Amino acid sequence: MTDQVYARKSRKGLFAIIAVIVAALVAAYFLFAGGDDSDASEGDGPNAGQTISIVGFAVPEAANKAIAAEFNKTDEGKGVTFKTSYGASGDQSRAVEGGLKADYVHLSVATDVDRLVKAGLVDENYDKGENKGIVSSSVVVLGVRDGNPKNIQSWDDLIKPGVGIVTANPASSGAARWNALGAWTHITENGGTEAEATTFVDALFKNVVSLTNSGRDATQSFLDGNGDVLIAYENEAILAAQNDQGFDYVIPETTFKIENAGAILKDATPAAQDWLDFVLSDEGQKQFALKGFRPIRDDVDYGGTVEGAPDPKKPFPAIKHLVTLDDIGGWAAVKDKLFGDGKDGAPVGIVTQSIEKSGKASQ
Amino acid sequence: MATVAPDLRRSPTRPLSTLGVRSGIGLGITLLWFSLLVLIPLSAIIVTTTEGGWANFWRTVTTDQTAHAIRLTVTAALVVTLINAVAGTVIAWVLVRDRFPGKALLELIIDIPFALPTIVAGLVLLSLYGNDSPLGLHLANSSASVYLAFLFVTLPFAVRMVQPVLEELDLDVEEAAASLGASRYVTFRRVILPSLAPAIAAGAALSFARAIGEYGSLVLLSGNLPFKSEVASVRILSAIENDNPAGAASIATLLLLVSLTVIVVLDIVQRKVASRG
Repeated sequence: MTDQVYARKSRKGLFAIIAVIVAALVAAYFLFAGGDDSDASEGDGPNAGQTISIVGFAVPEAANKAIAAEFNKTDEGKGVTFKTSYGASGDQSRAVEGGLKADYVHLSVATDVDRLVKAGLVDENYDKGENKGIVSSSVVVLGVRDGNPKNIQSWDDLIKPGVGIVTANPASSGAARWNALGAWTHITENGGTEAEATTFVDALFKNVVSLTNSGRDATQSFLDGNGDVLIAYENEAILAAQNDQGFDYVIPETTFKIENAGAILKDATPAAQDWLDFVLSDEGQKQFALKGFRPIRDDVDYGGTVEGAPDPKKPFPAIKHLVTLDDIGGWAAVKDKLFGDGKDGAPVGIVTQSIEKSGKASQ
Repeated sequence: MATVAPDLRRSPTRPLSTLGVRSGIGLGITLLWFSLLVLIPLSAIIVTTTEGGWANFWRTVTTDQTAHAIRLTVTAALVVTLINAVAGTVIAWVLVRDRFPGKALLELIIDIPFALPTIVAGLVLLSLYGNDSPLGLHLANSSASVYLAFLFVTLPFAVRMVQPVLEELDLDVEEAAASLGASRYVTFRRVILPSLAPAIAAGAALSFARAIGEYGSLVLLSGNLPFKSEVASVRILSAIENDNPAGAASIATLLLLVSLTVIVVLDIVQRKVASRG
């Protein structure tokens, strides 16, 4: 009898606890569910009431937010709201391929947008416009310790003995492939042969002390004392400085231009096209510049000052030899050749091999 | 189960099935739930593996770099599981049998590795044992970092499995053994350990399973250097990034098989130890 009473009591208690948890979850849902929506501005533009879902890689989140605020002030942007999702470029691309709702994607590498073209979600001519499918750009830079104690000035300094390098892993992070392209083209675009470039990349990965899975992890690892050099992007270095996590950096004489791709999806809400046009406009590019990206056109007026740059008055110094994807024949020419992972018995890419060799040598 | 050969084993006290209507519905819901959450995803992994074919599976898991990552992961998980079985039991013992100031606090702290998001654990480990270590311990970018991260995230499993069993253990039995002339060692070996064995084994199985798939807590500290500190989950990530789901699933399937084997072995050992009571 007493056992039964006890059981009934404890069951009542259990129900009470479950009820409280459910209530808390429901409350939390209503409190936070709308958290991603930016405020809809008043008024009724041609696109009022539409919601644009942005799916992007992590870095431009701050810039996109600023652009969205400006967009809402225009006629086309009046009353438009946003839903956003940011994460690793490859993951975001696969998520959209797998059904994540998106009207506009902004991804680190064009190959991640190509995946969506292949899946029939993005028009295959997305990169035929004036901007060639590129919405934001930056350059590869070399982060160094305060005062540059190892006197790092160029890519060649990275392969000197005793220099520890931190970089995201080009094998597991698509975005980190810009870093490897910087190292590779530093040789091939300066008159070197592919054999020489392979030797250089081999030597570079031998000096790598930490091979993280994302650019953000690499920065964290570097800030926590790993290595002497961080292969990074200029815009991330500037954004990090804006968030009080800055580090000195050097722009090598020859370096690689990072071009992040953006596209609207085939079944996007009509406002998405206006949004893309705005992102590409001088006003949109200005917002990118203020967060550290180099505008995709040289004539964009961003006011001349970018906080967080080593010299805020001269944030984007001219680069003697800036190599672009076009110079080397686009992603198609390098994707498998440099980064292939040997799937289905295909030859393993040169950079993938360098990474493997670096580990074997130290065994 | 005894119900496999009904004609021989069936007896009035052991019917073929105890399922009434209600418990039948219960079983149905259990199976549905279990299928949705576990069986279907697991089958999907295995189906993806088979899509690549046997040759692809073999090529993937025998690639030098991947094979090394798998070896490191499994070795570290095994070592950590052994350490946990001992250390976890000792900690549980101290928490149950001893009284000391701060005990309640210690009880609370034990669970923190459970509660901490793994990436936060990774950050903490990196700042404590990285190159700027305030403790002077530099474990970053070495294979030792993998062991450390595994130890950190799996400790509560062993403690929390053993603790309640130890609490239920009757002191009278130990006293009886002692009064019958058993030494402390014999008492532990013949009386206490057999009762604890199932709990220790369960804790060990959980530790191993958790460690073998661990990712977040170690990626920052380990540096993911091939042939040195790169673990299997990072190889899986690389395969996915290269649009090679069959390769990723191959590594996952191998890890599943290893986990299953270890869990079965643990169960056999546990039964052996428990039956010696």
